[in-house]
Amino acid sequence: MRDSSIPTSFTTPAELLECLAAHGYVAEDALAMSVFLAVRMGRPLLLEGAPGVGKTLLARTLAEVFETRLIRLQCYEGLDLGQAAYEWNYPKQLLELQSRRTSDRGEGTEGLFADAFLLRRPLLQAIDASNDRPPVLLVDELDRSDEEFESFLLELLSEFQITIPELGTLRAAHRPIVILTSNRTRDVHDALRRRCIYHWIDYPPFEKEVEIVRLKVPGLSQHVARRVVDFTQRLRHEDLAKPPGVAETVEWAEALRVLAVTDLEPTTVSATLGLVLKYHDDVETVRKQLLTRLLDAGAA
Amino acid sequence: MIGASVEHSMVGFARALRSAGIAVGIDQTESFARALVLVDATVRRDFYLAARSTLVSRREDLSLFDTVFNAFWTEERAAPPRGQRIPWAPRHDHVPRTAFAAYMAQRARAEDPDVEVPEHEKAASALELLQRKEFAQLTADELRSIERALRELRFEPALRVTRRRVPSRRGRILDLRRALRAASRHGGVVPALPKRRRKVKRRPVVVVADISGSMEIYSRILLQFLHGLTRIHRLTETFVFATRLTCITSQLRMRNVDEALEHAAAAIADFAGGTRIAESLRTFNRLHARRVLRRGAVLLLISDGWETGDLSLLDAQMRKLQSLCHRLIWLNPLLGRATYRPVAVGMSIALQHVDDFLPIHSLQSLRDLAAHLARLPSRKGRRAVRPLPSPESFAGVGMTKPSLESRP
Repeated sequence: MRDSSIPTSFTTPAELLECLAAHGYVAEDALAMSVFLAVRMGRPLLLEGAPGVGKTLLARTLAEVFETRLIRLQCYEGLDLGQAAYEWNYPKQLLELQSRRTSDRGEGTEGLFADAFLLRRPLLQAIDASNDRPPVLLVDELDRSDEEFESFLLELLSEFQITIPELGTLRAAHRPIVILTSNRTRDVHDALRRRCIYHWIDYPPFEKEVEIVRLKVPGLSQHVARRVVDFTQRLRHEDLAKPPGVAETVEWAEALRVLAVTDLEPTTVSATLGLVLKYHDDVETVRKQLLTRLLDAGAA
Repeated sequence: MIGASVEHSMVGFARALRSAGIAVGIDQTESFARALVLVDATVRRDFYLAARSTLVSRREDLSLFDTVFNAFWTEERAAPPRGQRIPWAPRHDHVPRTAFAAYMAQRARAEDPDVEVPEHEKAASALELLQRKEFAQLTADELRSIERALRELRFEPALRVTRRRVPSRRGRILDLRRALRAASRHGGVVPALPKRRRKVKRRPVVVVADISGSMEIYSRILLQFLHGLTRIHRLTETFVFATRLTCITSQLRMRNVDEALEHAAAAIADFAGGTRIAESLRTFNRLHARRVLRRGAVLLLISDGWETGDLSLLDAQMRKLQSLCHRLIWLNPLLGRATYRPVAVGMSIALQHVDDFLPIHSLQSLRDLAAHLARLPSRKGRRAVRPLPSPESFAGVGMTKPSLESRP
């Protein structure tokens, strides 16, 4: 089942790395290796890392690379089977029952628990037998869900099947490519970790991040791109509530391009700081204490 | 296929990782073997990355993994390094002699060596007298009575409403699933409207306790109290600090209280040292807060507020801490003294960011705390920075609950 359906066009991690880059995702070889192994071995990929390092984007890019659907499940506290896997369409079923009664078509529940009354939520969609190729299933921010949900997921990820009591067991024809992400607000359980290929995405090194900025914001000069990356990278070493991620760097660079900035001046930086830092306290700290020091260090 | 010798080394490598403290399961070793078929294992970088992707499952292990990897795959079968993860998981096979244990032993010797075992009834009535007695003035004998009483103290931390729904008669949310089941049994008529309500759960309790020199006389009894709390309430996380922050949750989870305290003491490097509250809180905020202060946690900060470090840092860290938890309760043993005023600069700064300021100096104050925890409001407290409490508001002698008037 596994080998016939998974895209096998990639024979080495390096090829995958190139292909990701062609779709606008600049990765390091370590990440490419993890993705490569996850895809080829049919294992889920567990991605951890600070917010804004491109965990979600990777799943989206993979869907593009493999020319397949992206099915996304955003986790939150209290997420249950009804929202994650499937639910019966109760209002529709009730109406059906009523209409059967009035039109004398019998009163049993026969045919009530059929496909027509089933609401397919992301997990069920991901293992739907009618998928013509394996979709990418993104379970985003797993740490936000409850532990109960995690154990259900564990079951799903080992068998790739869901049992609906009224309908029977539904099994994936094509094992989906599964990406789990976590921001580590809660520890993901060991049992689930062990089933996954694990990868910690770090902030990219300087040259990589410049490459990302240049790729995402084509109109920006090389000089400004380097200054922007240098500044945000320095910010990450400061004691801030939320250090800027790559997403923030790119957003900031985009703003500076729109403003047609040719060099980083303290006034420009101060005015656009809200794109980089998302806490008032952080913005104040940088404006008052760090701004000139960080800029000077970058210019030197 | 991979050769038998490589396979053999892989098993050895997994073992080396395990002995260094990285939990590697058999399925992970198997994954690694399968991965080696897919990549060019003769390229060292690929070999390394494949191993890392499959064998490591948490970030904390990454650097240790690198060390073990380099040692194992370069020097031919050199003895794997015995990396040590801090803190060690509690061990049950030996009881370490520690500064703490030695200290307690010495204290015991200083007391009258011959202690009579009080009769049970007498002990009960004596216990009533002990209710209000300061921990600081207890004799070894009384200490033991208190410890027994502590074991019986019941804590029911406040509840919070979660997003999960459970069937309930008095719920407000329609349970369509059950309605349909009932309807199908009654020919399409819905006989009653089953309801669901939001499930309630206990709030996690996080304790950050000061065990520096000035708190020394309270430390033993507080640790005992924390042990009890952890045993009752699974979600309790405990950190202690003097100059350095240490997490002792796993040690306190041990069933036997003496053993738990021994292990906790062994994990603490700076028992009865100086105080650096601000630094310790900063460490807590940076490394642990996001993980432990979730789901509407209640934070108990136990300290006498004698800060010897940076006061502006204390201000900033207290502010951050308060914004992260549902309720910040400062417990100060000195508050039990009639003459105490929170005038120590550190204490008065910290008070601006505190939701409740309660004493923790006697058994009675612990009972009051338990009652207070059970009644916490479900709304987060008003977060405006409050003016310093005036000395008058602390004038009441023997107050059990001097919570600040401006609380809603």
